[in-house]
Amino acid sequence: MKVIIGQGSCGIASGAKKTEDEFRRLLEEHNLTDVTVDKTGCIGTCYLEPIVDVYGEDGVLQARYVKVQPECAAAIVEEHLINGKIKEEYVISPEDEVILAAQNRIVLRNCGIINPEKIEEYIAAGGYEAAKKALTEMTPEEVIEEIKVSGLRGRGGAGFPTWFKWNAARQSEGKVKYIVCNADEGDPGAFMDRSVLEGDPNSLLEGMIIGGYAMGACEGIIYVRAEYPLAIARLEIALSQARERGFLGKKIFGADWDFDIRIKAGAGAFVCGEETALIASLEGQRGMPRLKPPFPAQKGYWQKPTNINNVETYANVAWIISNGGAAFADYGTEKSRGTKVFALAGKIKKGGLVEVPMGLALKDVIYETGGGIKNDKACKAVQMGGPSGGCIPAELFDTPVTYEDINKTGAIVGSGGMIVMDENTCMVDMARYFLDFTRKESCGKCNYCRIGTKRMLEILERITEGNGREGDIELLEELALKVREGAMCGLGQTAPNPVLTTLRYFRNEYEDHIYNHKCTAKSCKALISYEITDKCVGCTLCARQCPVDAITGMAKAQHKIDPSVCIKCGKCAESCRFGAIEVK
Amino acid sequence: MNTEKRNTGNDSAQDFRLLAPTLEKYAKVPGSLITILQQAQDIYGYLSQEAILYISERTGIRPAQIYGVATFYAQFRLKPVGKYLIMMCKGTACHVNGADRVEEAVVEHLGIQDGETTEDGIFTLNNVACLGCCSLAPVMMIKSTEGEETYGNLTKDSVVKILDEIRARESQEVQ
Repeated sequence: MKVIIGQGSCGIASGAKKTEDEFRRLLEEHNLTDVTVDKTGCIGTCYLEPIVDVYGEDGVLQARYVKVQPECAAAIVEEHLINGKIKEEYVISPEDEVILAAQNRIVLRNCGIINPEKIEEYIAAGGYEAAKKALTEMTPEEVIEEIKVSGLRGRGGAGFPTWFKWNAARQSEGKVKYIVCNADEGDPGAFMDRSVLEGDPNSLLEGMIIGGYAMGACEGIIYVRAEYPLAIARLEIALSQARERGFLGKKIFGADWDFDIRIKAGAGAFVCGEETALIASLEGQRGMPRLKPPFPAQKGYWQKPTNINNVETYANVAWIISNGGAAFADYGTEKSRGTKVFALAGKIKKGGLVEVPMGLALKDVIYETGGGIKNDKACKAVQMGGPSGGCIPAELFDTPVTYEDINKTGAIVGSGGMIVMDENTCMVDMARYFLDFTRKESCGKCNYCRIGTKRMLEILERITEGNGREGDIELLEELALKVREGAMCGLGQTAPNPVLTTLRYFRNEYEDHIYNHKCTAKSCKALISYEITDKCVGCTLCARQCPVDAITGMAKAQHKIDPSVCIKCGKCAESCRFGAIEVK
Repeated sequence: MNTEKRNTGNDSAQDFRLLAPTLEKYAKVPGSLITILQQAQDIYGYLSQEAILYISERTGIRPAQIYGVATFYAQFRLKPVGKYLIMMCKGTACHVNGADRVEEAVVEHLGIQDGETTEDGIFTLNNVACLGCCSLAPVMMIKSTEGEETYGNLTKDSVVKILDEIRARESQEVQ
């Protein structure tokens, strides 16, 4: 028998390593030498971690246990592994199982199933067959044609047709060409690339080998975030195992073509998601974008033709070559083909990664796949596309998730992060949050972005601090449109999107902040107050918790908060056992 | 609260022999500056002025350019850090799920702000963009010589408990 424990970053953070240790200890204690313990990546249902799969001798999954903390291990070992009876209490619920079963997993085909540190498991799952097929049976042009048929578009943000970029790099003159993977997943709220890197690094390598062959590259470089140490470690293992097997190196699969891939750790700069900035960073410079053209396909890394795609894009490639471009194009809509991985997070019940065909309605992704809103509160909006995207209000949840339809709302599909917001999320504060982010990440090269984001942030800060002025909304709008037009690169041009979309759909919240001194979401500290209602029994607990002695009152009598002293830390409301303290 | 002197001794004590193998490998390879700086920071915990001058001497890259690169990227630090580096995630999912309140609890408990180090040199607090563990938000990663550990679903109380446990372990080791 085999016990497999999910160990992506999320699983480990949920205690998967401790669970593994406990299983190992128990197996030894019971002398179960025929049971092996192994690890796998993240299957996507992060809210159920740590996840433990038990497979029988025949390799068939007997049970999937969820939320297996170390203390649950003993029961599973005794009942299932020793007595052969499934421990129903910890088994995944039918509803959660449906979420996994209802997906179409192409990018995530192996995540959470194989051991990412063993290339033989990737090979057993059909891995490197596509690379072999491409290199031994297909010409580079045929590979590009297959990608064209598939309709695959860049999964990193802009949604540019992948075949077109590959073809442009192929057409460029010169013997030295590079294929680069942008694994600098910088969008806060998106983590599908991390999951692929940690759960199935070979699928990225295989995609890059095929892409490298198609465009005639001599070297591949993976530019990966330093914040993803586990991803880097697993990539390194995958690279050395691929080299040992001859999938990288000289004369791969007997073709007259040498190719290798190396890792370059990024150093933390959101702007490096922009192609030309990424190239500057690869060259050891400050990651500042430059004007295009020339495009990287003509002059990229060291002025040589360079193609850049992100992790998810490459992870589709091997599947497309194996199954045919038409099979991929069967999924999705006319212009947005295939499947897409979405990262569900925020105020959502079942946060994690899901891979579904493009074109599903937002509401189906959020309510059916994501299980709806935490604590059954009212959903206000979903934020898509990170700092370059926007907030889509709940009224528009019938919108199909395609590049075109999401663009119409003012947001972008981006890398597929979906942050769900409920009635307690203040939309002005969200705009402030994103502008704070882009202001910090602006490289400072062009005035519109450097100064424009700073000025917009100042206005948003003043509004959320209760000092908004008449004319602020109009000024914000004017600035936002100017920055969008005037900034040089994608970061600057899209930085106003969070402001523009919240102004478009939630203008009333801005007006409430400025003219009525009210934050309807009860989130902006300067605009809320704490009050004790007649539910108060006079237990004095809140008065003792208050760090500034703002609460007075006799024992067993209703207490009172002095608003001139109160610092709105919220400790009283948290400590009250009678729900007597209200936020107004 | 900054304790530049206490944590890793003074700059002149830095042993550049440790960096020599890295420089041997990369000094003359174009485009390797970021890699060199990353390794230097791994060895010394931060990039001192002396280290920057030494790298400049060996690579021929001007100090101003190295400083420019070092200050551009979030990863590089020009001041020493504590034994445990708290990387507090400020990603969108964490923000929506109350990361600010968790950060407040850390700031209050340790008496340091973002970018500062505790007087005993144990903790440094750094806000970071996104750790990619969004479904467990709010999240932080604590980095030390023993590796990284990620903590999820943080609350004001749980974060204080985690910090106290580390501090207790540290004081035991001292005894």
